[in-house]
Amino acid sequence: MSLLTPEWTALLYLVAAVCFILALKGLSSPKTARRGNAIGAAGALVAVITVFFSARLENIPLILAAIAVGSAIAVPVARRVQMTQMPQLVALFNGVGGGAAALVAALELSHSEDSWVRLAVVFTMLVGAVSFAGSAVTVGKLQELISTRPLLFPGMPWVMGAVMLGAVVSGALVVLSGSVGWSLALLGLGLAAGLLLVLPVGGADVPIVISLLNAFTGLAVAASGVVLGNVLLLVAGTLVGASGTILTKVMASAMGRGVTGIMFGAFKGGSTAG
Amino acid sequence: MGPVALLTVVVLAVFVGFEVVSKVTSKLHTPLMSGANAIHGIILVGAIIVAGQAGDPWVLGIALLAVVLATVNLVGGFVVTDRMLEMFSVHKPLRKSAQ
Repeated sequence: MSLLTPEWTALLYLVAAVCFILALKGLSSPKTARRGNAIGAAGALVAVITVFFSARLENIPLILAAIAVGSAIAVPVARRVQMTQMPQLVALFNGVGGGAAALVAALELSHSEDSWVRLAVVFTMLVGAVSFAGSAVTVGKLQELISTRPLLFPGMPWVMGAVMLGAVVSGALVVLSGSVGWSLALLGLGLAAGLLLVLPVGGADVPIVISLLNAFTGLAVAASGVVLGNVLLLVAGTLVGASGTILTKVMASAMGRGVTGIMFGAFKGGSTAG
Repeated sequence: MGPVALLTVVVLAVFVGFEVVSKVTSKLHTPLMSGANAIHGIILVGAIIVAGQAGDPWVLGIALLAVVLATVNLVGGFVVTDRMLEMFSVHKPLRKSAQ
């Protein structure tokens, strides 16, 4: 099997990136939305086929089997879900994407010698874990598995502060030493931060938080592009991070709310009741 | 690619990301979020690379888990967005035939 040259790989990744831009553009207008989504899917297909021919990969049968398993899980669920349950399904898909980004970065830590690359590993793991755990809470709130009211406990801001500080310290230790143990601590602290961030959000604000976590996952994927030296991941992740941030602001102002009020309002007693 | 070239790409992508969604109609907020969600499922490419270079069985196992999760994000994301938009387009002809 002859492999694609790096130039052809880069060109095909560029095609995929342009498809993603056209997809976002198309999805912004009712007339072109469905075609835009199809263009995005086509771009993703081009990228996934390209990666198989861009480098000498082992374990290809197992990888194809894993893709088949993922599709077999996702397609029936996405086809059968009811209109009212679509937001939680989007949140679920977003969470597993963040989880995948965190795992990819964690596995690349041992190949990362440069401290800039290790910083990108730390960022991807932390933000991916926050997105994973935060999305799990939004799914729980929308499915009413957990209370849709803002959940707070005494001293929560202090616990949050301690978790943030712990994440910064363990992240710094990972950058300096490349230690696997500290990277596991970082993952755990990221998961805790995701829970603490979303539990205080009231039920009515959850869709906006899903959009914010969507932007987070985009940033994690962009950082994973730095980790792997892959420009497509960098561009696609940055596009989602930027457009997701704008979308979050637009959605919040459509509801007459500010994003900081939604995330931290419960601490001041200004949050919406579920 | 050097750090400055990477930064250039990131800054330009940020502006493109801001621009392309700035005029979205409120009806399309959820499908646009869902479509953007599908796009970051492209982390599948990263998961495939890591799984394809894994030697250790532990690493391979975790990388294959990442492949499954990323596929769910990518494939499920595009399918559910298409279903949302299908529901939008179904309403229009119905209303016309009622008139």
